[in-house]
Amino acid sequence: MNKQFNVALIGNPNTGKSTLFNALTGLNQKIGNFSGVTVERKTGKLELNENLTASLIDLPGTYSLYPRSADEHIALEILNSTKNPDYPNVVVVVVDATNLKRNLLLLTQLIDLQLPVVLALNMMDVAQQSGIEIKVTLLAEKLGVPVVAVTARDLQGISALKDAIVQQFEHPTLPSSTINIHGYAPEVIDEIKNYFHINNDYAAFELAHHYHELNNLTQEKKDAIEAIGLKYNFNANKTQVAETIDRYNYINEILSDTVRKNKPALEETRSNTLDAILTHRIFGLLIFFVILFGVFQSIFNWSQYPMNVIENAFIGIENYLTAILPAGILTNLIIGGILPGMSGVLIFLPQIAVLFLFIAILEDTGYMARVTFMMDRLMKNFGLNGKSVVPLISGIACAVPAIMSARSIENWKDRLITIFVTPFMSCSARLPVYTLLISLVVPNKFVFGFLSLQGLILMAMYLLGFVSALLAGWLLKLFIKTKSKSYFLMELPVYRMPRWSNVGITIFNKARTFVVQAGKVILAVSIILWVLATFGPSKDFDAIEKKYATKPSDSTTIALHGTALESKIKAEKLEASYAGLLGKFIEPAIKPLGYDWKIGIALVTSFAAREVFVGTMSTIYSVQDDGESLTTVREKMLEARNPETGELTFSFATVMSLMIFYAFAMQCMSTFAVVYRETNGIKWPLIQLFTMTAFAYLAAFAVYQLLS
Amino acid sequence: MELRKLTDIEIGTVATIDSFTDEETSILLLEMGCLPGESIEISNIAPLGDPIAIKVSGYKLSLRKKEAATILVR
Repeated sequence: MNKQFNVALIGNPNTGKSTLFNALTGLNQKIGNFSGVTVERKTGKLELNENLTASLIDLPGTYSLYPRSADEHIALEILNSTKNPDYPNVVVVVVDATNLKRNLLLLTQLIDLQLPVVLALNMMDVAQQSGIEIKVTLLAEKLGVPVVAVTARDLQGISALKDAIVQQFEHPTLPSSTINIHGYAPEVIDEIKNYFHINNDYAAFELAHHYHELNNLTQEKKDAIEAIGLKYNFNANKTQVAETIDRYNYINEILSDTVRKNKPALEETRSNTLDAILTHRIFGLLIFFVILFGVFQSIFNWSQYPMNVIENAFIGIENYLTAILPAGILTNLIIGGILPGMSGVLIFLPQIAVLFLFIAILEDTGYMARVTFMMDRLMKNFGLNGKSVVPLISGIACAVPAIMSARSIENWKDRLITIFVTPFMSCSARLPVYTLLISLVVPNKFVFGFLSLQGLILMAMYLLGFVSALLAGWLLKLFIKTKSKSYFLMELPVYRMPRWSNVGITIFNKARTFVVQAGKVILAVSIILWVLATFGPSKDFDAIEKKYATKPSDSTTIALHGTALESKIKAEKLEASYAGLLGKFIEPAIKPLGYDWKIGIALVTSFAAREVFVGTMSTIYSVQDDGESLTTVREKMLEARNPETGELTFSFATVMSLMIFYAFAMQCMSTFAVVYRETNGIKWPLIQLFTMTAFAYLAAFAVYQLLS
Repeated sequence: MELRKLTDIEIGTVATIDSFTDEETSILLLEMGCLPGESIEISNIAPLGDPIAIKVSGYKLSLRKKEAATILVR
């Protein structure tokens, strides 16, 4: 018989919880979102024995049941309500055996909620090496819950842990309360217990503390708890202070004869030495910039080859499909809309994978916490937080995963500003646009013999993105007001070697999230754009068809035949299409920026995803697809002249103005969608869209007027 | 012994936490293991002068000077 039940994994950050999750489930994981909130929901299948399989849910790392970030809030939400679909039958509390005291705080809270818990003492190997002696049996006896020593990274103790989970499921041992909670607010606890028909003191106490932020309570219930609190003058801060101190007293008593530290931990000493170098006044910053530079270089160098492979694969598929599919509208849709959409997503995968390879290593070793530590002072000036560094760096690859990684920022204002400014960072989608534009006006020369001038300009564009992100943060800081104070409290974990399986799984998960989140938007938008660019008012289209239907026997069209003719028809059709009409419609508005209606089409088509610019340009300038499209489109663009004035279409001023426009405008539907979800509303993505685009317009205007 | 702010002690000096001057911050600090009676030490300071890293309850915690100044030590 198969019995299905829920097991939850919970613990402080940096306890190796993810490693244990991976060890328990393997690659058998599912990532989604908790309903209604944007916190990542990671579940996996946990096979306990031949007839018992559980669903294991990985709850976000938290220090206590008093949540500070959106991530931490979810644990409370699930554990507080027995009706929650994720409410666990057994909770596995993962603790770092080298740092038991602070780790046990959460355990005592879970025990007091009367949840069947299993305590997993992780990193036992490190504890032993560090001379920390833990009497596991005595600890279990004193706590009254099963305790299992595990070393998740080499799978030790996993089967014992599974046995303990089964044991707690079939015959749960629930110790009595660790501390006297009732004493903090007797009347409040009693009334809440009566009102909700529950008999657990701590559950009632938690409700008194968190009712206003619990989504599963109706307004009526919230009002009722508030009234009870007011009636008895419930002081949330004071009772929490008392609770925390009592819990630590209890923990100290438990640990007094169960844990002995024989010598100063070797790992800790080594960690301190490393910190002296890696967070050194001068070397610390220097090392960080060298690492950042290396990451930056690798993102471009290492991903070049796989990106070419993906690109060629799509050209191959396109050629193959063109050959085998019957000509028609559906084939056009597949080849002109769906395929480019898919390749537009997959082409960025290599860069995202390389970036997250580095981020995962830096986080897993504990170095990222030091970067956060070093950068906080600088970031604070701009309304950000040390923890904004990871999203900002990730923004170099793609704003979508970057914005999602801002979830770890506790302070809402800091997090909001981080989300808002991350799209200013120069993402991969801007790269092909910059590359093409730079090649138009910047000579391929070397400064001092080795520094590529084009490369320097490109770097300047990245710097511009970073500086504008900071300035935007500074501006926002003045406008956004919150009650909650900005603070910075973060554990600096001991340095460790990266766990490669974790790194691999992180890359895999991030890549998958990107494909799913950004992918569906880009795909949908590509199809819409295809429709806009393929169809137009029928009389104009008919005219083009008619013009070329008559066999070109006259001498004026001798040069045009085969693919060249097709390209010309394509270009003329694009001009007559709805996209072309839109381009002409906005021409008066973009003329002051130095753009004609053809660039207008590209602006329209790339509004949803910047990289579409290059493709549109090659269609407009009727480039033949011969695999070297970039060179050809470049040549055609260089030759293009304004038919009225005879001036170059892509003058220096126009190109600079375009680059500035692409640097600032929010032309990314996926970012819009992810900001919408992360901020739980349409307000912030709309503000972002309008302010960024308006700023891009003004800046491009200024640049063009100054340079022309 | 007289009470001093945590930010007024030197790097490497071990002191004992006495009390806190800000209730809201103290909740967060308590949760992170900064308890009255616990020994505390400033381990290092970030390159730009803020935040600082402290050793407390057997691990390393970083916090801004503004928060550290609410911890009174003896």
